[in-house]
Amino acid sequence: MKITANAIAGSLESNDVLVRVSPAEGLSVEIESIVLQQFGRQIRQAVLETAQALQVEDAAIFLQDKGAIECTIKARVETALLRAKGETA
Amino acid sequence: MPKLVTSLSEAIQRCSLRDGMTLSFHHHLRNGDQVLNMVLAQAAQMGLKNLCIQASSLFDVHSPLIDHIASGVVTGIETGYMSGRLCQAISEGAMIKPVRFRSHGGRPDAIASGRVHIDVAFIGAPAADPMGNANGVDGTAACGSLGYAYSDAQYADKVVVVTDHVMPYPLVPASIQEIDVDFVALVDSIGDPKGIVSGTTRITRDPVGLVMAKYAAQVIAASGLLKDGFSFQTGAGGASLAVTQYLKPLMKQAKVTGSFGLGGITGYLVDMLEEGYFEKLLDVQCFDLRAVQSIRDNPRHQEISAARYASPSVKSAVVNSLDAVVLGATEIDTDFNVNVHTDSNGLIMGGSGGHSDTAAGAKLAIILAPLFRARLPLVVDKVLCVTTPGNTVDVLVTQRGVAVNPKRPDLADRLRGAGLPIYPIGELKEMAQRVTGVPELIRPNGRVVAEVEYRDGRIIDRIRSIQAP
Amino acid sequence: MRRTMLFVPGNSPAMLLNADIHGADALIFDLEDAVTPAEKDAARVLVRKAVQALGYSGCEIIIRINPLDSAYIKQDIDAMVPLRPALFMPTKVASAEEVKQISAMVAAAEIAYGIASGSIGLIPLLETAAGIEHAYEIARSDPRVKAIFLGAEDLTSDLQAIRSKQGDEILYARGRVVIAARAAGIDAYDTPFTDVNDEEGLEKDARFARSLGFSGKAVISPRHVTAVNVVFSPSQIEIEYARQVMAAIEEGERLGKGAVSLNGKMVDKPIVDRARRVLDAARALGLGGIEDA
Repeated sequence: MKITANAIAGSLESNDVLVRVSPAEGLSVEIESIVLQQFGRQIRQAVLETAQALQVEDAAIFLQDKGAIECTIKARVETALLRAKGETA
Repeated sequence: MPKLVTSLSEAIQRCSLRDGMTLSFHHHLRNGDQVLNMVLAQAAQMGLKNLCIQASSLFDVHSPLIDHIASGVVTGIETGYMSGRLCQAISEGAMIKPVRFRSHGGRPDAIASGRVHIDVAFIGAPAADPMGNANGVDGTAACGSLGYAYSDAQYADKVVVVTDHVMPYPLVPASIQEIDVDFVALVDSIGDPKGIVSGTTRITRDPVGLVMAKYAAQVIAASGLLKDGFSFQTGAGGASLAVTQYLKPLMKQAKVTGSFGLGGITGYLVDMLEEGYFEKLLDVQCFDLRAVQSIRDNPRHQEISAARYASPSVKSAVVNSLDAVVLGATEIDTDFNVNVHTDSNGLIMGGSGGHSDTAAGAKLAIILAPLFRARLPLVVDKVLCVTTPGNTVDVLVTQRGVAVNPKRPDLADRLRGAGLPIYPIGELKEMAQRVTGVPELIRPNGRVVAEVEYRDGRIIDRIRSIQAP
Repeated sequence: MRRTMLFVPGNSPAMLLNADIHGADALIFDLEDAVTPAEKDAARVLVRKAVQALGYSGCEIIIRINPLDSAYIKQDIDAMVPLRPALFMPTKVASAEEVKQISAMVAAAEIAYGIASGSIGLIPLLETAAGIEHAYEIARSDPRVKAIFLGAEDLTSDLQAIRSKQGDEILYARGRVVIAARAAGIDAYDTPFTDVNDEEGLEKDARFARSLGFSGKAVISPRHVTAVNVVFSPSQIEIEYARQVMAAIEEGERLGKGAVSLNGKMVDKPIVDRARRVLDAARALGLGGIEDA
């Protein structure tokens, strides 16, 4: 799936995550999180898995996480990627 | 020589403040306090160095301490609780000498025993007379109980009452007595009333907090302690306060009249006193305006000193007559050890206060906390800091289940019989981790920035410096 | 038992996290009015992933979907069918024909995702004058329809009436929905009470709904769940009376009596039926000491 536009999903509310995606060369993931030390690795993993499932190989994905659990992170990343493609779930 | 002086600086001069002295402060003016900052500003101006601050608690308003530490005016801090910007500075290693944390009961014990020696005590008082009789109930900066100031007045070498409201002699009632006071310093303002007491403390509206609070009330009812003469203390957090609202109908149903409420007093406990749920309130600090008004006007609402409240070495302390206490936690481990000193990253953000004292004294110590906060599980394998040892903790109540300390099988049977959702604490940990995932282990390994002295005088844990951001 | 149905906004991770601790019998994951048009896609993905991850065992899962004439309903159904919810709650339902169309969409999705045909039910939300007017036809329109649910807020707007706590303006609609449901042999659910802070008003409203014959009531706040559960649960007194009724019937049968009386009152069929329903409910709720009646 090709990302052609910038897109956002989620929010900065507690237990949520704000995800920004934009077109890029290759896949990059940048994470800010209130639980970075405890869950940084798992968050990155969740983002990569979601991108992989949608076959996205070229995108810059930036997260501002407020303690979202894994299903929320995956949901918000999926939504942002689909919006960036110009498609809704 | 008259005791009353018209400036703080004069009082400080007369006390012959020197380098290396220990100055003490109570925290009844909470986040509206101006006394500590005024004293230290003066001391800094005088070029004093290496002072030790012995404060029952420190708040964000005391952040100027960060500068005093950097400039060498202050090189030692001993306290029962810390919040605000000072926490970050201490956790990042701003001080060479580790902070010494004590509990609210351990502090008067350390002072009375001589382990802590106070050179000058500065006692902020909303009202005082020219001979130094002082109370917390008169004046515009009224704060209610002055319980934490008693030991300072009794044992410090020199005692300065700092007030913005001098009343005619003799001031009645007098919490601090003239027999202990050297000087009375009149200043423009000892503190901002809005920061001293909240207008009202509020119980939580959060439905999760209410579910937890209801379970806690049911635990108390099922424990067998809810009978005539019942005594109770609860923290000032929203969910802990909500326990009072669920306790009242249970007490009414069982036709129970309680003997006393203890605290940390808020308007909710005052309501319980006035509505006949308790005969008396014993008050070591007032959290809101209603509590201040009540302690002033109601003879059945009485001020107690911190020593009487919780000292482990007095002939008897009130915590030892306490039936049930509801406390919070940032973390609790599978041995029921509780951490209220640091957050899950090891950053200092609190302290025992009365936590370890009440847990040790009460027949039923309940920890009330959500199973996870923003993806961080409450139950861990090992807490980052032991504030309150697990052998003094009886029950953990979360919104998804209750765990009983294995050393209380009698209690577990009662609670199970009452239909409460009882789980081994390890299972609560797994329940949380199924939702949050398993967190990476955080073990700050910088140098020691604080030592936690338990109420018996032993150091039970050390807090290490976290990475600077 | 469906004493309470708690609305959970579909795009709110914080609400989704703890939806099942409040004791509601059913959770309504809302993709419709609680979600702005810009976030309909986000809510669908979030609800799907949250239900898959968290399970919410102990609660019946209901998904409130967008109206038939909206751009969203097909995607709602396609996204949610794989979750195997107990019920979809179609909104603004005005006719039996609409229900049939929605049922067909669900059937197609069930086949596409390999789910047993007919396993997902419908609980149409009646919130327009037309919906109320056609309540009986809607209730009978399709085997999937397990219940109908009254939505007073949108209804009063459609009626050009003034919404009040007292609820006189929806009295007829309430009665009509109950009658239609019972005539069709299904359940009826009452509109939620919207003042989050008025606990007394909530209880009054719930008791009234129960007395009218509603099977349960929707709630918009977790703080309302316990009170409504209590109202729609059989009380100890009711259970005790029901047991006495059944005992009297059994004794009558043993002694070969035709007519049976209890406390000087004839125990006729409606009383027996009610007693059976109370004991069924008590058993379903696990209320103590109920032997098979």
